[in-house]
Amino acid sequence: MPKTEITAVPGSPLVTITRDFDAPRDLVFRAYTEPALLEQWLGPHGLTTVVERYETRDGGKWRYVQTSPDGGSHAFHGVFHGDPAPEAIVQTFEYEGVPGHVKLDSVTLTEAGGKTRVRTTAAFTCVEDRDAMVAAGMEYGVREGDERLAELLAKLQAG
Amino acid sequence: MEAVADRLSLVFGALADPTRRAILTRLTQGEATVAELAQPHRMSQPAVSKHLKVLEKAGLVSRTRRATTRLSRLEAEPLREVTTWLASYQRFWDESHERLDDLLAALQAKGNDHAQD
Repeated sequence: MPKTEITAVPGSPLVTITRDFDAPRDLVFRAYTEPALLEQWLGPHGLTTVVERYETRDGGKWRYVQTSPDGGSHAFHGVFHGDPAPEAIVQTFEYEGVPGHVKLDSVTLTEAGGKTRVRTTAAFTCVEDRDAMVAAGMEYGVREGDERLAELLAKLQAG
Repeated sequence: MEAVADRLSLVFGALADPTRRAILTRLTQGEATVAELAQPHRMSQPAVSKHLKVLEKAGLVSRTRRATTRLSRLEAEPLREVTTWLASYQRFWDESHERLDDLLAALQAKGNDHAQD
């Protein structure tokens, strides 16, 4: 099974995420830029993502809300920089719960042998923001964690 | 959560230096004096003491006094916290990406159906 590779170097405000997908680049690009598709995969099982706007053009705004099974919801928004293309999807990202801590995400898709490599670079403005954002995943990870993952794996194997 | 983030900042700051990582690696073998820690790095003892202070502040090292020497000891708990820190973020993305695998497979199957029409 392909593995998501995450690099978060201590003392640096960057996170890089790399993952190979068994699909052509155009299709992966659609999954990243079409709201109806994005809603189907962004976030672990149990977390519902509703995309309110997703204006995939230079200067276009985006916003989505994620709701967890216990009813807690978190909204995120940002702006696209440049027209999104497989070579580069560049957008700002801000969690509305902690306004003012903006990160810059750059996603590049490269195709080789029918597979597509997705490389995401997330740049925070400071190391503290980076560490806090990753720590925020902790809460969710501990609560949901392995149980949801096992459920998903069972479903994938059944299908 | 802010408290966790602050603690993590201290731990990451402490881990960012190769000499301090080497000191921690040495301490996994047991307690050591400042002189013992300084020896492989060809550093002055005051320089090593400075590094130890950073590690102590991050909770990675505790220091005890035995007779006239001060011994440094590794404290593993903050390292466990750091491991959890990345593991849950990793899980968030692993799970999202596995859902994306599923979606891409379904979209491709649909695409093939259309091709056969």
